[in-house]
Amino acid sequence: MLHHLEKAIEATNPPLTRRGFLAVTGGAGVGLIVGFSFPRGAKAATGDDQFNPFVMIDSDGIVTVLSKHLDKGQGTATGLATLVAEELDASVEQMRVEHAPAHPEVYKNLLFGVQGTGGSTAIANSFEQYRKAGAAAKAMLVAAAADSWGVPAGEITVANGTITHGSGKSATFGDFAEAASGLEPPAEPTLKTPDQWVYIGKDFPRLDIPNKTMGAPRTYGLDIDVENRLVAVIARPPKFGAVLKSVDATEAKAVRGVVDVRETPVGVAVFAESTWPAIKARDLLVMEWDDSNAETRGSDAILAEFKALAETPGAVAHAADYEAGLAEAETIVEMDYSFPFLAHAPMEPLDITILFDGETATLWTGSQIQTIDQGATAAVLEITPDKVTINTQWAGGSFGRRATTNADYAVEAALLAKIWGEARPIKVVWTREDDIKGGYYRPMYVHKARAGVKDGKITGWHHRIVGQSIFTGTAFESLIVQDGIDHTSVEGIADTTYSIPNMQVELHSPPVGVPPLWWRSVGHTHTAYVMETMMDALAKAAGVDPVEFRLAHLGNDPRKAGVLKLAAEKAGWTEPVGAGRHRGVAVHKSFNSYVAEIAEISMNDGVVKVEKVVAAVDCGIPVNPDNIAGQVEGGLGFGLGAVMRNEITFTDGEVDQANFDTYEPLRIDDMPDVEVHIVPSTEPPTGIGEPGTPPIGPAVANAIGQATGQTPTELPWSKGGLV
Amino acid sequence: MVQLTVNGQTHDIDVDADTPLLWALRDELGMTGTKFGCGLALCGACTVHIDGVAMRSCQTTVEDAEGTEITTIEAIEGKAADAVRAAWQEIQVPQCGYCQSGQIMSATALLVENAKPTDEDIDTAMYGNACRCATYHRIRKAIHRAADLMEA
Ligand code: FES
Ligand code: FES
Repeated sequence: MLHHLEKAIEATNPPLTRRGFLAVTGGAGVGLIVGFSFPRGAKAATGDDQFNPFVMIDSDGIVTVLSKHLDKGQGTATGLATLVAEELDASVEQMRVEHAPAHPEVYKNLLFGVQGTGGSTAIANSFEQYRKAGAAAKAMLVAAAADSWGVPAGEITVANGTITHGSGKSATFGDFAEAASGLEPPAEPTLKTPDQWVYIGKDFPRLDIPNKTMGAPRTYGLDIDVENRLVAVIARPPKFGAVLKSVDATEAKAVRGVVDVRETPVGVAVFAESTWPAIKARDLLVMEWDDSNAETRGSDAILAEFKALAETPGAVAHAADYEAGLAEAETIVEMDYSFPFLAHAPMEPLDITILFDGETATLWTGSQIQTIDQGATAAVLEITPDKVTINTQWAGGSFGRRATTNADYAVEAALLAKIWGEARPIKVVWTREDDIKGGYYRPMYVHKARAGVKDGKITGWHHRIVGQSIFTGTAFESLIVQDGIDHTSVEGIADTTYSIPNMQVELHSPPVGVPPLWWRSVGHTHTAYVMETMMDALAKAAGVDPVEFRLAHLGNDPRKAGVLKLAAEKAGWTEPVGAGRHRGVAVHKSFNSYVAEIAEISMNDGVVKVEKVVAAVDCGIPVNPDNIAGQVEGGLGFGLGAVMRNEITFTDGEVDQANFDTYEPLRIDDMPDVEVHIVPSTEPPTGIGEPGTPPIGPAVANAIGQATGQTPTELPWSKGGLV
Repeated sequence: MVQLTVNGQTHDIDVDADTPLLWALRDELGMTGTKFGCGLALCGACTVHIDGVAMRSCQTTVEDAEGTEITTIEAIEGKAADAVRAAWQEIQVPQCGYCQSGQIMSATALLVENAKPTDEDIDTAMYGNACRCATYHRIRKAIHRAADLMEA
């Protein structure tokens, strides 16, 4: 095990980060990595003393935390460093954080069993692990100080990065780093009690921000230029599933800087000395494609098919006697919805550099599921996964796109490296057009919902969802898809915590030849919209205030009721809204966190403008409140842009959109003022990267419903002229 | 061969005249702080200052940039730039950070021109700078904060 890590480290190119690649060679296993033994006291490749796989301290006292999770903007790396700093009693100034190497055992996500980031699990699964890593390192420093000063360890205190003893002795972490790292780590380090916390629950500044305001080199994958690298861009099939018939590359090859053009199983690859010649030459390729196995339908045809399916019984995700329930109702509400395909469009288009020397491979990329990227790359190159080193880079966003169950873009890079044959680094660059047209979309969905109310209470509910399964056909199918139900297609409805009697949920999962993928908040992107606009429609039918109506159905979910009440109070829900303004509310649980959002809008000539959003969130112990607020602000902005005007459509199987003109992101003038309130909690921390996204669409839709009497149900709203 | 003056230094670069300044900066000069986001002047990630004016380097060819003074995120400084950076850190603006070089270049250009921008001024000046992480709420706050810092 150790051997291949060392090999992997040797195979790494000259330092690509300030401190170089970090080795897992020193310290000792702590906490949850029981059974994994390291030689103690060894030095990391950087010369730092490694206390355990998560913490290194150098002779200047700089503490470097190794983040097993990809930070793609969610503040995860700083969150993990905060946990270490807390138990280590380090100062903010001495803390640094870098991405850990790929190692499926040492750095696995404790909820996934493999190394990977997603599902808003980073802090939830690491909360104890990283605190224990910090506590163990502190105990070792204290023991080394006690030994050197000849005093009992119990008399030594550590605060803000300084080790002191009542006798007047004082030292920095650097003074004892080397001695301490050779000591036996405590088997079960004692953790602080919450009342002793100095950082958790406070606004620990993000450690990545200074670099991100300076344009610092070698930050993102696209910034990596390994010496002698070639840049490759790929002309992928214009229709999903098409294969290359012929290519004429004469003109492309004539572009200065182009080294070669090769046919590959994923398309035609242009290899060049730099990026621009590759992009320019690709436009000059003349290609013919064989569409016999391609998806050639237009999105309108797919939508019509879905709508027809919604009229027929589907696989039952949640069974109940809904007919009886609906028969009891005084009023029935029925709504049909459609949701388009959506691209993630992270600000940094995908990129990856690979170097394959025939025996080992090295990747530089914002890898989100390192274990899958390792395994899939290894499979293509016919080596074992431990021969694949990953240098995880800070990622310029992901929103789900960097995490595919087939490691799509790592596999492409591996195929290109194999085809190239020589051991030369190859950097595969995606343009924005490649990204928008590249598939792996949030799938299209259609919902048909019918529910009844009587005396302010829901009596029955019949719900049909039609949409592609994200997990069917992937390695995770058996975990997520049961009895034909992909849980992510129905999550947020079939498992709603509203007390709804007689609720039946059915699902159709028709195959579509477009690769689907999770998109920030997965199924909740559409289910929350339907659930929460239905709740408003039902409240209206019942003649009850929408907040009161929801609370009347939240007897079994006090935390959801809690955020709803807090948002309502902070937004002044019971007070009249200003002239020309309208309010709408939504509340949703996702990734074990609860978010309520109250949107205030104005309408001008039928065009909606979101003026303000008041949000309340309960994500358990708030490790970093300011970062939580940032994630809710950004998460709702991300969701708002999509419901307003984003859709991927197809004409005869070809994607109609290409860049930010036809897939226009939220702009600064679209962004509402946002206020985020956090519920104090002693529950374990839960997700925050995604839960801010689901409630925004329905909150604004409900405000539009208030303003116009018409709740938009066809997305995006640009279709109905609302934006 | 073209000659570019970037951050006060002159470089001779052997690329085709139609090469976007963006790729010359990144690939030829190794100055990767300027980002690629769209290539079509639709996102602002590639914003640099050309003779003091915020420009999209993806839509400026090296030929057009010849004979100008180019300033990039790596070297931008002065009262406005310093205030912007300080405000960006104080308000904790960046998330993924990928758009932020461009945001900072645009915000600095705005504050050099207009030391006390209104929300509308900010919307106009920053409209072309997309942020997929939607940090806009903090960008707005940070620009106001930077204006205050400049005054102080
Ligand atoms: S890369 Fe130049 S504006 Fe987007
Ligand atoms: S901070 Fe991620 S795109 Fe702006």
